[in-house]
Amino acid sequence: MALRSGPARRRDAAREPHRLFWAALAAPGIIWLALLFIVPFYVVLAIAAGQLNQLFGTPIAVWNPLHWSAANLAGVWHTIVGKGAFVGPDIVRTVVYTAIASLLCLLIGYPAAYFVARFAGRRKALFLVLLIAPFWISYMMRMLAWIDLLQTDGYVNKVLTSMHLISSPVDWLGGMHITVILGLVYGYIPYMILVLYAGLDRIDGSLLEAGRDLGLGRVRTFLKVTLPLSRQTILTALLITVLPMLGDYFTNQLLSGATGTAMLGNDIDGDLSTPAFLGQGAVLSLLLLLVLIVPMIYYVIATNRSSREAAS
Amino acid sequence: MTATTAASTQAGSPAAGGRPGRRRLWRNPWRHPVFLEGFTWLYLIWSIVPIALAVLFSFNNGKSQSTWQGFSWRWYFADPVNSVLHDPQLHAAVIQTLRLSVYTTLIAVPIGVAFALGINRWRGITSASFNFVMILSFVIPELIFGVALFLLFTVLFKTVGLGTLAETLALVTWNVSWPAIIVQARLVTIGRQYEEAAADLGATQMQTMRKVMLPLLAPAIFASAVLVFSSVIDDFVIVDLLNSNASNTPMSVYIYSQQHGGNGGPALNALGTIMLVMTFVIAIIGYIGYRFMTRGERGDRNDALTTIAGA
Repeated sequence: MALRSGPARRRDAAREPHRLFWAALAAPGIIWLALLFIVPFYVVLAIAAGQLNQLFGTPIAVWNPLHWSAANLAGVWHTIVGKGAFVGPDIVRTVVYTAIASLLCLLIGYPAAYFVARFAGRRKALFLVLLIAPFWISYMMRMLAWIDLLQTDGYVNKVLTSMHLISSPVDWLGGMHITVILGLVYGYIPYMILVLYAGLDRIDGSLLEAGRDLGLGRVRTFLKVTLPLSRQTILTALLITVLPMLGDYFTNQLLSGATGTAMLGNDIDGDLSTPAFLGQGAVLSLLLLLVLIVPMIYYVIATNRSSREAAS
Repeated sequence: MTATTAASTQAGSPAAGGRPGRRRLWRNPWRHPVFLEGFTWLYLIWSIVPIALAVLFSFNNGKSQSTWQGFSWRWYFADPVNSVLHDPQLHAAVIQTLRLSVYTTLIAVPIGVAFALGINRWRGITSASFNFVMILSFVIPELIFGVALFLLFTVLFKTVGLGTLAETLALVTWNVSWPAIIVQARLVTIGRQYEEAAADLGATQMQTMRKVMLPLLAPAIFASAVLVFSSVIDDFVIVDLLNSNASNTPMSVYIYSQQHGGNGGPALNALGTIMLVMTFVIAIIGYIGYRFMTRGERGDRNDALTTIAGA
């Protein structure tokens, strides 16, 4: 900085008050994020690597990194692997549920978003309103709707019985994997559809026409032009559902409540209600963050790139 | 694109005259995609009918959520004990949700807008890294963020503790990225020419800001306020972790705490319907307002719809 040549420095000096102006504008946001986004994660780290007050069973945060211990980490490790480990199976379940549910979201969401983006024509606004409507409806209300339907005397059982598909009512809310997965799909699909629609709508129509003019049929145009062009969109859309699903603890609580459908989020949430387990909760959420940091950064870079492309 | 020749022989000559046979129709690339449309309608029915039924049963004159017993306002205000109006906890939940939405919007939007302007113009390592931090706060799973804030307020900033203040501080942090991202996107589309013109005409930095930039940014600021307000209404994880008693429990947490492990009764449907109406009203106001503010600009009603939904 100090080695700048004369004229450049003068120009910089002329811009200096502007720099200060912009910095002052950004300052409240920067201070806010530092205090309430960066500092909290240091607190998590200090508790995760801290100690336990043996007398009161409360966690002691250790602020100096030189005194950090791996006691909590070791404790968590034994809940993940080995005999009597209860978190391990929850992690496996979380991964399986999330994988199935987000793939289902994509399989259902992509065709619907594709239709609205490409073929809805003059009725596009109508379809768009219907597609976006669930996005505006609270997650709790949407779960409530399915709890009503899935009760033993609810409409799902009534319809299935009247069609003679089942002989006696099924206890859908009694801890079934399929109910939880359906709940996850129903809960998160609006967010994915929105991303898919926005991405598919941006595809230049003239590229598709070029494909047609060169003699490609509809299916081939889709496979050779639309699908490759929407690869990035599909990845971001998957991330949009995968990231929150991995931290979900309320969908399975509402739709099942059984330990047989517990997910990692339930363990973390449960740890917070007992002071003695705060350290373990901190470790578990840090481990989850560690696993997710790469996809998160990928998402940030991908959205930055697409917004730059949109600008140019 | 190497399959061009193969494809062209297959596709034949769709433009030729004559009766459109079944196969010809099938191959017509401009044919309306009936299957796709049918699938889309099935999806829409699946996504909307359950909620419509839940809304319907909030008007049920009985406790059942599966047998219709006639229309009533019982669960809203007619029932002297269990209705939303008369049950103190249900009542408090509605108030708390509205209070948090207003506080969060009033704090998060100005901070986010100023942040977006500053970060966008002040190029440097600090601004770049905090922009990165801001976007991270947008994508981080809410549970991880909620745990961090829970520990912050119970271990480090014990004076804050749990309750409305903690909820507001956390919700502002969680939502500040909406205005920050939307305003930055708008700044990119506006470009710098208006600002430079104002500067050439002798306007000071403050004047340019007030008379040129703020009016140009108004639709983006408005859209982000709508998004922040409605996402606070729908927020669950943060307020679930940071509430401390019935007086600071908002609607979403109340529904959750009553419903899991049992049947909460139709008053919850009424509460959910009130939430739904609130967000829909906000969305409609948002749509109309956004259309009004961007009149004369490029872009149609579909763009307004997706912008208001944050896409």
